[in-house]
Order: sequence, then structure tokens, then C-alpha cells
Amino acid sequence: MFNMIDKVWIIPALMAASFLIILFFGKRWGTRATAGIGIASVSICLILSVVVAGNWINRVNNPPTGAALAADIVQANGLTPQTGKTIGEEVNAATKDSGETVATDSHGESGESHASEAEAHGGEHESVPPVVRTVTWFQIGGLQFEMGTLVDGLAAMMLITVCIISLLVHIYSTEYLHGDVRFTHYYAFLSLFTASMLFYVLSSNTLQMLMGWELVGVCSFGLIGHWWEEKKNTDAALKAFLTNRVGDIGLILGVIITFFAAGGSSFNVLHLNEYALSGNANTTLLLVGALCLFGGVTSKSGQFPLHTWLPDAMAGPTPVSALIHAATMVVAGVYLIARLYGVFFSGLAIGSSTFHYVAFIGGFTTIIGGLLAFVQTDLKKVLAYSTISQLGYMVMALGVGAWTAGVFHLFTHAFFKACLFLGAGSVSHACHHTFDMREMGGLRKKMPVTHATFLIATLALAGIFPLAGFWSKDEILAGAANGQENAYTIMLIFGLITAFLTAAYMGRAYWMTFWGKYRGHAHPHESPKVITVPLVILAACAVVLGFTNFPKSFFGFKLPGSVTTRFEHFVEPTFAFPPIQHAAFTPWLAIASTILAAGGLFIAYQYYEKNRGPHGLTSRSKIAHAGYTFLENKYYLDNLYTGVIAGGTTGPIARAANWFNQNIIDGVVNGIGNGARKVAGVVYVFADQIIIDGAVNGSGQGSEGAGQLLRKIQTGKVQQYASILFAGAVVLAGVLVFVV
Amino acid sequence: MKDFLNSWGISLMVFLPLVGALAMLVVPKAKEQFHKVVALAASLVVGFIGILLMTNFDYDASGSLQYVVDKAWIPIINSRYIVGIDGISLPMIALTLLIVPLCIIYSWNRFPEPKNPKAFLILILILETGMLGSFVAQDLILFFVFFEVVLLPMYFMIGVWGGEKRQYASLKFFLYTLFGSALMIVAFLALYFLSDKVSVDGQMMHSFDVRLLPELATGISTGAALWIFGGMFIGFGIKVPMFPFHTWLPDAHTQAPTVGSVILAAVLLKLGTYGFIRIAIPILPGAAEKWAPFIGLLAVIGIIYGALCCLAQTDMKRLIAFSSVSHMGFVMLGIATLTTFGFQAAIFGMVAHGLITGMLFFVAGSTKDRYHTLDISRLGGMLKSMPHMGWILGFSVMASLGLPGLAGFWGEFPAILAAYEPGLGLNVAFFRVLMVIAAIGTVLSAAYLLWMYQRVGFGVPSKEFEEDPHLHDVTFSEWLAWTPILILIVVLGFVPNIIFKVTDGAVSRTIAIVNGLGG
Repeated sequence: MFNMIDKVWIIPALMAASFLIILFFGKRWGTRATAGIGIASVSICLILSVVVAGNWINRVNNPPTGAALAADIVQANGLTPQTGKTIGEEVNAATKDSGETVATDSHGESGESHASEAEAHGGEHESVPPVVRTVTWFQIGGLQFEMGTLVDGLAAMMLITVCIISLLVHIYSTEYLHGDVRFTHYYAFLSLFTASMLFYVLSSNTLQMLMGWELVGVCSFGLIGHWWEEKKNTDAALKAFLTNRVGDIGLILGVIITFFAAGGSSFNVLHLNEYALSGNANTTLLLVGALCLFGGVTSKSGQFPLHTWLPDAMAGPTPVSALIHAATMVVAGVYLIARLYGVFFSGLAIGSSTFHYVAFIGGFTTIIGGLLAFVQTDLKKVLAYSTISQLGYMVMALGVGAWTAGVFHLFTHAFFKACLFLGAGSVSHACHHTFDMREMGGLRKKMPVTHATFLIATLALAGIFPLAGFWSKDEILAGAANGQENAYTIMLIFGLITAFLTAAYMGRAYWMTFWGKYRGHAHPHESPKVITVPLVILAACAVVLGFTNFPKSFFGFKLPGSVTTRFEHFVEPTFAFPPIQHAAFTPWLAIASTILAAGGLFIAYQYYEKNRGPHGLTSRSKIAHAGYTFLENKYYLDNLYTGVIAGGTTGPIARAANWFNQNIIDGVVNGIGNGARKVAGVVYVFADQIIIDGAVNGSGQGSEGAGQLLRKIQTGKVQQYASILFAGAVVLAGVLVFVV
Repeated sequence: MKDFLNSWGISLMVFLPLVGALAMLVVPKAKEQFHKVVALAASLVVGFIGILLMTNFDYDASGSLQYVVDKAWIPIINSRYIVGIDGISLPMIALTLLIVPLCIIYSWNRFPEPKNPKAFLILILILETGMLGSFVAQDLILFFVFFEVVLLPMYFMIGVWGGEKRQYASLKFFLYTLFGSALMIVAFLALYFLSDKVSVDGQMMHSFDVRLLPELATGISTGAALWIFGGMFIGFGIKVPMFPFHTWLPDAHTQAPTVGSVILAAVLLKLGTYGFIRIAIPILPGAAEKWAPFIGLLAVIGIIYGALCCLAQTDMKRLIAFSSVSHMGFVMLGIATLTTFGFQAAIFGMVAHGLITGMLFFVAGSTKDRYHTLDISRLGGMLKSMPHMGWILGFSVMASLGLPGLAGFWGEFPAILAAYEPGLGLNVAFFRVLMVIAAIGTVLSAAYLLWMYQRVGFGVPSKEFEEDPHLHDVTFSEWLAWTPILILIVVLGFVPNIIFKVTDGAVSRTIAIVNGLGG
């Protein structure tokens, strides 16, 4: 197999080329060619990504040693031979800098220390540094800043996930967007998005990540506002972009703070992680930095309280929701934590402190997202809130130190959630483009393939054995229960409650959509193959992918070590990575969560299908009604953001600033101007005629030629003012020179 | 070749536009085609000389002045004709050389009322001489003369070819800037008299030489230095413009003809920030250190305040004008940090703002030509009526809000970063507060720009413009004028080293002067 890992930049570059070709020639070449270019590009990217993953697996199995290892570590740190002196400067800067000290170990030592670290926590694998390839990006103050690619298991996993889902979405969209007014525009943005996302996951430094992060945000903006004729859609697009910008304040500041914390010479992620884990890191600074970075995660990955843009983002075409707002872009925040785990781990002192900010926000988000999913009648919005809830799960996992569990859930969730979104799209495609579940029902007979795949994905999301969601969710719960030294009990409770909620709201959506009687006015029929084949592929992934991280011991059932926890083995970093503990499979938790999930499904079945239970409770009980209203208004967060904060800023505050500008500041200026004119009148009569007459006339004649242009303007005044000003200037100069 | 460039290159570049203008003066104004061709040719030849200068520039020594010419000019006061280019002036010169021909191309078939291409183009050429001269001058009096040369053509341009309130706007522009200039020349004279003397042909004389003044001015008392810096601060600050001296700008921009706005935004404003970097700070670093927190504060107020004012605007052009106040705030914040990062950000920001805001003014002008209004509430659905124009506007909006990957980002981000650790003995905590506020400003800039775009670009055209035949898409001359800018915005966004590498040497040298003499 050829070595792709060195030239991995080709993958995003290919998608960027696809974007440019579609942008410039798409209209001319027609829709078939447009879609064809997009699909061909993503397919090649997928193949190359698989090669990269193969290269990586090979590297883990045959880790580099000796000189090769040393060279790799030098590369990984962003310390190329010529910047070897950067280390010296770095140390100088750091010691100058208010006594903060920086990791000063030389390359060899750091390599050794990591190898020993890896032995200490895993015991089984050796330290395999990621493959980093960089070129100079820019230079400031003599320091070279680099841009490059970083490939490790995490990046390879993301490459494959993004490419598979993007490819399926590309294919699916040929039918879903068939006849759309802006077909080329749509495909151009899909390509640009895929390029940006791949660029993001391959970034070797935080500044590059910031760039990819914003670029995917723009694509999201463009695609949410795809049908921009309607104000509702553009409002949603603006809301998404601006809410993310709010979080980006945190991201920008976080990038800056971590940059300076680690010596102010490099944005390299491995360098930052190494610094954070070096033992003499400034943990206060890291804490602030990590919290700022988490601000970015909060908006991008839909965490409370900045999650409100995500449900509105459903205004975009459904395949986009699947790709961007479920599987890939929204996990960028989770990926950021995973990538900079050293910084988060040390900064938040995961496992050894009582300050569980990230874990708590994640856990809290799972619940509030899950609850909101119950009051939605729009199928896509149910899924959107479910995504928020599941993203909370991932963040919580990373927050409690269960790195692999969180990333594994990111991986499995991408597939079954994309399957659900595309399934919802298929349903809507058949039902006159509605997503209102009150106009659905009984679709299981009319759309058997869509139904079957939707059911599988629902069960996977609910965490039913043996589907993918079961394994990843269970790992998270196990991590919360006994991952680090002090168990995160609250997070475990959050997790268990959510397990129940997830099953219940998904059951509700499933039964409302596919069972009972059809309540709409269309003539639903199964979608064509272009739509159902991607669904089947994704459903198949939802079945099998859970086994990629099969536990070492499952209810006493033991498989050979070469097939268990493969995901952990290949994806979890072993270089510049904190010493995390790995929770073993916990039987009682697995049983408890399965019972909860089954219970949720059962209750939903009884309530929505069999029509049993306390129906009409909201009209009988005041408390229930109040609760329902509270949920229906989304905790009133939108009222606060849109009404109070945004409305206040764009309304009264902006108007007040403008009034101040026009009347106070400019009033002073005009006042001075008018005052000067009056003074000038006086001066003109008494002084000008006698004293500086000559000067004025002289300059007047000089500009006679130019004055022709100015017939209509009162030139005389300008010359007067000018003369007076210069006379004043000369006097002032004298004062300054001789008095001060 | 090299010898020729060394002795004549800069002078030729600076004064060739005037030669073109003189040639045009003697030809009657009815020969419009002649005037257009001559003006374009002059600006292109100037651009070609500029390219020769840039290709022969020694980039490894970008910290030192090159192509220096030093000749006696006004011997009685020892003011000399000193010109030269280093890494700081080079990007600004390149920007000027690019923008002027593009403006001429853009104007080709659309001279604003009262037409008269001859006079209009002559003014543009005079402007070019003034702008280029300001960026190469290394003598305070010479700089001042060029700085003032810029003033009159712009005054006429607004006053004659401007909008309805052109008289008020042009007069305000002229007097306000002149007021600043007056204080500036006061400061220059004070500096001249208070600094040490140098030997000129065996005779001890004061000097206006920008290269020597950092050393000569070390003897000036702290109090006097603070006053002198204050004079320059107001002179340059008005030009930038800094809050609260910015009120001439929205009026001037709103009333100016399109290319007037473009040149004003792209180059003229930079004369102010350039003055800080080239003259005020290196010569009086001690005073700069004292003034820096105040400048930083005003810069950040400008960022937020300008953005808030943008949110209240109903006129597209006025909104873009106010956005300049906000964006130049980032440039000034970078300068106020007195660090290499900050200065680099400032210079990049100057170029990026020149390209991006220039582009926005171009689009605004073309919008006005077609809709005959810039009232945001009446526009809408530009993407539908004129898809290409709508896309270009959307692209420029994204660039203007500082999107990473486009040029605007490299002016904003490093400036915010620099504020984390300001230079010299500046108060770190204070600047970190400024950093956070500046970062919040990035949200507001996204808000007003997207809000404008939502109402101009998105949606469907109102009844009024639904069938309007004037709404034709981007024309050939517009493509010709805009494409280079659009490409540069992307290229600079991805390869920022094009500028950073050039400026790095010179900025490092300047910061070394600042640290060495002021620390």
C-alpha cells in the first residue's frame, strides 16, 4: 500500500478543487456534471482516506523506533531542524515572562517520557507519534509559524467518517434536490464544506483549526439559507452564524491564551498538549484557556446555553442537516476537546478536581435537549434536539475523562443520526415536503425500506443491544461511573436519565410517523433507490460499527485481544496524551441502561400507539401545563437572546449610539465650525484686510486655476480658514518650542 | 537597471502621475477618450515602475530603506528630499499602485455628474502622487507636503462630483483634516527645534530626517515629548479616523463619488496609521508608551462604537463608512500594543481593509447606479436580480467580518493576540481587557454586515425593482476592476506571508528602536 499519510493534504485540496470547478463551470455543464464532479471527488477522497487509515494502522502495528522515531517527534512538535533554535528562544521568552516556565526537555527526553507514560497507563502499546508535515505559513517577529497536516488515529477516523457521510449525502441529494433552483450552488457548498471539514480535522495547529472552524461555519450559513427567498430561512442562517460568533469569542481568546501559556512561539496542538502535560504548566492559565476554548465548543457543538441555533438550522435542506448539523460540523467542538485533550485535562484537572465544568455542561445539555425533543411536532426538530442531547453525551464523556468513549460515540452517532435525518428526508420527500408528524402516520407499509432503516437507527440511538449506540453509550456511562479516581455521580445520573429520555422521544417520533393511520393529504410511496441505498448503508453501519470497540470482557465472555477494543487501540493517542483510565465493561450499568431504554420505548408505545396513559394532562394539571409551556418556549432562551440581547443591541443601544454620534460628537464639530466662521467674520473685518491680506490674495491667485472647478462652491471661505489655521499653527509651534 | 532604479526609480514613480496630469491639462476636455487613455496609461506605467522596484527589492534586508535618494531641498532649514522604501512602506505602495488604475478602469464609462473626465482623472493622478509621496518620504517637511497634496484633490472630488450634501461634506472633510494637519506641523516644528543638531557640511543644524530623528529626539524632555506626540496623535488620528475624531468620515464617504470613496477608504485613511508607525512612535517611543493605553482605549471604543452606529444605519454606503471606524479600531489597537505582532497586524489590516472596504464601496457604488438609492429597506433580492453582484457582495461581507481564510482575518486576529502581551511597560491587565472587548467587537461586525446582507442580498426584490431594466448584472469594466481585488483577498487570506514576510524585518527593526530607546 502506498504511503498517503505524508501527502494527506491532497484530500482537502481535492475537495477545494471540486468546489472551484463547480463554482465556475457548474452552471455551464449542467446538473448531472455538477453532481458527478462532487460525487467523484468525494469518492476519491474516501478511497484515499481509507489508505491513510491503513497507513496509520500499519504504523501502530509497526511503530517507528530509534532515529525514525526521533525525527517524527521533532516533526510532530513543530520543531524542524532550522527552528531548533526556537526552543532556545522559547525558553528565554518563558523565563523572561513573569517566571512562568515551559517544558524545556529536549526532543529525545520528551520522546522517552512519553514512551514511559504510555507504558504506565496502557502497558500494551508503545508511543506512536502522529505524522505531522508542515510548511511555513507566516513569519512574525522572526518566528516561523507553520501550517500542516497531522495524522493520527483520531484524524484518520474523522477522515473516513466525514468522507462516507459526505459521499452518501452527495448521492442522496441528486434526488432530494432534483429540480432545485440552486442545484449547482448547493453542490458547490457541499464540496466547500467537505473541504473545510477535512482541512479542520487535519489541522496541525490551533490557528488552522480556527480557520477550518469558521469556514465550515460559513458553509453552514450558506446552506441553512439555501432557500434565501424566505425570511424565515435567512433568519435561521443569521442566527446560526451569529450564535457561533459569540462562541468564537471564546475560541479566539482560548487560542491566544493557550498560545501564550505554552511560550508564545507556536500554535502546534502537540506542542500545546505537551506543555499542558509537562508538570510545570501554569494551570491557572490553562484553566482560563480551556474555559475560553469551551466557549467555542458551546456554540459549535450546541451545548447549553448556546444550543438555540441548531434547531433553527433545520431550515436548510435535509441532507445538509444530516451531514453538517448532525454528523460532522457540530462535532467539531467535540473534536476540539479531543484534539487538545492535554490542555483540557490539565486545565480542568479532570479526575482530580471537583470543578466539573465541561462534564456538567455536557450532562446538563443531554437532559435539556432530550426534554425539548418531546414537545416538537416537527420530525427534524426532534432529531435536532436529539443531536444536542447526544452531543452533550460526548462532551460529558470527555469531561469525565472517558476520552475513547466520547470519541467512539461521536463515531457511531454520526452514522445512525445521519441515517435518521436522511430517513426523515425520505419521509418528507414522499409527503409533500412536510416534516410535521401530525400529518404523517402509518408510513411503515408504504415505505418499507425507509421504515426498516429508521427503526434500526432509532434502536441504535436508543442504545438497544447489540446496535452501535448500545456500545458507545455504555462506555460513556461506565466512564462516568468509574473512569477516574473520583466517580462522577451526577454525570452518571444525567446519563441514565437521558438514556430513558432518548428512547422515549425516539419512540414517540417513530410511532407517530410510521404507525397508526396516515393523517396527511399526500400519496406517500417509497423513495427511489438513490435515496434508499444510502439509508441501507447507514443502517448497516449502525448495526456493525459498535463491534469495533468490543469490550475485553463482556459478561464474562472473552474474545482474543486482537479483536477487542480495536477502536481504542488505533484511535486513542499515545503521544502527548494524558494518562487516562479505561473503565471496564460494567454489567450492572449495561443492564440498567438497557432496561431504562426499553422502558422508554415501551412507555412511548403505550402512550402514542396504544393511546394509554394520562392524555390531556396538560389541560388538567396546572403544573404540567406550566411545564409544557416552559418547554414549548424552549426555556425562554430565544426570547432572551433574540428579544432582549439582540433586539436591545440593534434597537435602542445602536440608535442611542447613532444619536450620540449625530448630535453630541458631530454637534461639537459643527459648533466649532460655526463658531470659527463667526470669529472668522470678525477677523476678516479687523485683521485680515490689513494684516494678512497679502497672504490670502497670494494663495487665492495661486489656486485660481483649480478654482475653475469650484465655481459652485464657496472657495473663499476655505482659504480663509486655512490661513487662520496656519497662523494659529505657527503661534502654537512657538508656544511649544519656547514655553514647554 | 539597478543603478537607474536606485537613483531615479522612486522619484519617477511618484512624479509620473503629475506628468500625465500635465499632459492632460493642455488638451481640451472634449477629447474624453484621450484623457481616459492617458490617465490609465500613466497609472499603469507608474504601476510598472512600482513592480520593477518591488522585484528588485532586497527582501532579505526589508528592514532597511532601499532606493534611498538624499538630496538637499530647502537648505536654509535643512529640509531634504529624502525618499526610500522599506518593508513597511512597500505594501502600502503596492496597494496604492493597484487601487488607482482599478479606479480609472471602473470609472471608464460612468463618470458621475457633472462628468468632465479630464478634471476628474487629473485629480486622481494628483492624488496618486500625493499618496505615493507620503509613503516614500523620509523627511518630515516632505512628508507633510505630500500629505497635504492629497487633501485638495479629494476635497474637489467630493465637492464637485459628490452627492446632494457634497458642499457640507467636502468642507467638513477639508477643514477637519486641515485642523489635524495644523497640529501635526506644529508638532513637527517643535520636534525640529527641540531635537539635537546634526552636522551638515560642517555646520550644526536641526534636522527633519525621519531616519535620524529617533536618535536626535532622545534629549527632548518628557513633558515636551508628550505634547509633541499629542499633536501628531491628533493629526494622524483624525486621518485614521479615530473615535471621537471620526465624524467627517461618514459624511465624506456618503457624499463622495464611488471612486472617491474607494480611494479614501483604501489609501487615504492609511496615511494616518502609517504616520503612527513610521513617524510618531519610533521618534518618540517614550511618549508613545504614555499615550498607548489611551490610544488603545480609543481604538477599542471605536471598534464597538463604530459597530453600534453601523447597526443603526439605513443607508448602505453610510453603514460601510461607519464600518471603517470599527475596522480601523483594530489597526490602532495593534499599533497601541507596541509589539511586532501588533504592528504586523496593523500593516496587514491596513492592506486588507483597503482591499475589502474598497471592494464594498465599489459594490455600493454600482448598486447606487442601478437602484438609484442605497436605502437598505428598499433594496432586497440582489441575489435574484443580479446574482453575480449578490455573490460578490456576500463575499466582501464575509471578508469584511474577518473570516479566517480571507484577508480581513490577518488584520484582526494578530491585533487581538498582541493585546494579550503588550510591549514596553504597558499595563498588561488593562490591555487584556481591551483584548476581550475587541474580540466582542468581532461579533458585532458580523451582526451588522450580515444584517445588511440579509436585507440587500437575500429575499425577493420589492415591487419597485421587480421589473427594473436598470438592474443588469456585473459589467465588463466592473469585472476588470474587481477581479484583482477579489483574488487578492483570497490569496492574502491563505498565504499571509506575502505581506508578513515583507514587513517583518522593518517592523522588528522599528520595535527594536522603540524598545531600545523607550524601555
